[in-house]
Amino acid sequence: MADDIALESDVLVVGGGGAGMFAAVAAARNGARVILIDKNVVGRGGATIMAQMTCASALGESEPDNPELHLEDTLSAGRGLCNEKLATLLCEGSPKRIRELEGWKVNWARSDDGKINQVKAPGHSRKRCVYVDFLSTGAAICAALRNKTSRDAAIRRLSNVTITDIVVRDGEVAGAVGIDVPTSAPVKIKCSAVILCTGGMTKMFQRTTASNNLAGEGVGLALRSGARVIDIEFLQFYPNGHLAPRMVGLDPTTWEPTRVKLGGRLLNGLGEEFLHRYGEEDGGSYDTARDILTTAIYKEVEAGRGSPHGGVYLSFQHIDEQKLKDALGPVTEIFARNNINLTKQPVEIFPIAHYQMGGVEVGTDMASTLPGLYAAGEIAGGANGANRLSGNALPEALVFGERAGESAAKYAARNKASRWDDKAAQPHLELIRKVSGRNISGTRSPGQLMAEVKALMWGKVGAFRNAADLEAARHRIRAMRQSELDELSIAPEADFNTSVVEWFELRNGLLAAEAVAAAALNRQESRGAHQRDDFPKADERFLANQRLTLEGGEIVSAFKRVGA
Amino acid sequence: MTPGSPTPTKTARLRIWRGTDREHGRYEEFSVAFEDGDSVLDGLVRIRLNDDPGLAVRFSCFNANVCKECTMLIDGNVEYACIAKLHERVIQLDPLPNVPVIRDLVTNTLARKERF
Repeated sequence: MADDIALESDVLVVGGGGAGMFAAVAAARNGARVILIDKNVVGRGGATIMAQMTCASALGESEPDNPELHLEDTLSAGRGLCNEKLATLLCEGSPKRIRELEGWKVNWARSDDGKINQVKAPGHSRKRCVYVDFLSTGAAICAALRNKTSRDAAIRRLSNVTITDIVVRDGEVAGAVGIDVPTSAPVKIKCSAVILCTGGMTKMFQRTTASNNLAGEGVGLALRSGARVIDIEFLQFYPNGHLAPRMVGLDPTTWEPTRVKLGGRLLNGLGEEFLHRYGEEDGGSYDTARDILTTAIYKEVEAGRGSPHGGVYLSFQHIDEQKLKDALGPVTEIFARNNINLTKQPVEIFPIAHYQMGGVEVGTDMASTLPGLYAAGEIAGGANGANRLSGNALPEALVFGERAGESAAKYAARNKASRWDDKAAQPHLELIRKVSGRNISGTRSPGQLMAEVKALMWGKVGAFRNAADLEAARHRIRAMRQSELDELSIAPEADFNTSVVEWFELRNGLLAAEAVAAAALNRQESRGAHQRDDFPKADERFLANQRLTLEGGEIVSAFKRVGA
Repeated sequence: MTPGSPTPTKTARLRIWRGTDREHGRYEEFSVAFEDGDSVLDGLVRIRLNDDPGLAVRFSCFNANVCKECTMLIDGNVEYACIAKLHERVIQLDPLPNVPVIRDLVTNTLARKERF
């Protein structure tokens, strides 16, 4: 086995998406030495780069707007559970970050009069969402931030390193340990503060957006290190997920930006419009909130009126061919390569796992309940309550990333000497050596267990839930987490051993999955993205946030009234 | 059954370079079931799941052609495995040329300063 790699910094940022890169930039400009790590490639993995279009910001360029109105819409979408202070920070902070990115060469789409073009996404009362053509918003943000982090001498970027544990000593962060994937060498990082920017847990579901490296590790890392997690039962299922025909080369979220631009008609398997059955308006415009649209599609399929692959149709056939080409640009070519011609055929869509509203409980400085541990972006819970508005994920990554970077740098300046000691890190390093050198064959691989848990989460902990399914899922996940994980086969190779990476993904991901099942079981009501067949209505008693901690290996839950 | 996952009915044969050293590699062939429209990356993921979890492949997005990590030689041409399609024939996969091989289809394509 390769020798340990020892590193040192003031601030460690885990995850190189939009939040992580912004956090690194902000920590560096507040005087910290920063290590920015991604288990894949900094600036190329995660969810930000997948974002095709909407980024909400009350710039007021396309029509009069202000952050208070943006906040109103955000709170309304959150179905009563938003942390209002965090939501306020998101809405107030967004315009500054959008202007800043403009200065870093993000070319926001503009209208003919030279103003930034803002579009109205579902749930927004104003034309508020900025974007980069064509469907390149996230890619443009990541390119700018990759460039920015690359030019800053205070930031050391490391790709292909996966963090497996936060090292805690006397109740404070002392550093982190992980694995250098190409060599399997254990990595030790002494630092004063750690910022988790690990995104959500889409990978734990069978049908998901294309961000395939988000396995709930942030939830696992936080719980294991003693931090508190909040509202993790709320996972957003993205209603307009691509289902059929088979399409590669594009994220399956592509139909929502297309709908924001062009509307599109939703039809069931019989060719009928159906939204009116669920209290929404039919027709070619797009303004149904995500949680309501997901419910409508599920119920229509459940009633036996689904399309051939078990979803519903989305049709743009009524739209003029030139208008389609103008709106989609080169994306039309990607459709063509997949034999999709929108003027001639509808596509089939069905909700897919997309976004985690809950996450690590943080204050407005992005500090978790564990001193020295911060969280930003999707892994920071609270701003979006029970349902996130379209377009709020990108500003959340940017605004919270910036805030976390600044706060962590200041914390590190106050706590210069790292609390690191080898004894605290030892059990974590031993686990890495044990798993890497395990070389068991003949039993199941981590990939096979992952396939089972993805199917289980999709089938029993998905958009519609009930006590029996949730109990069964929780029971099964506990068995996986507590015993089957230790029996998995690991290939013997030292170089780029993805079985080892998958094993550690599962270790944290299974804890995240169990946390979702447990929290969903406890919340005996339907609200936002959490829908219970056995408790179909919102219940005033659950106008409360659910906090989870890990105590003696067991997930413990407590509800707290919103704002209390 | 999960929406959108039909049972594959066609078979492709992937002839894959294995090894850690260009001088001492070997080819292994795997049969993989597919449906029209499936990608080479779909095939590699199925091989890792069903036949050989030790096969080294790198990708972080899945079939969205965003992370650009799955670049390799496909029948001698530099392509992304996530957008190249499977066919009912032998398809040869090699690591990218002119960069260090780490193992199998994984090469070191990272910026120098992002590594130790």
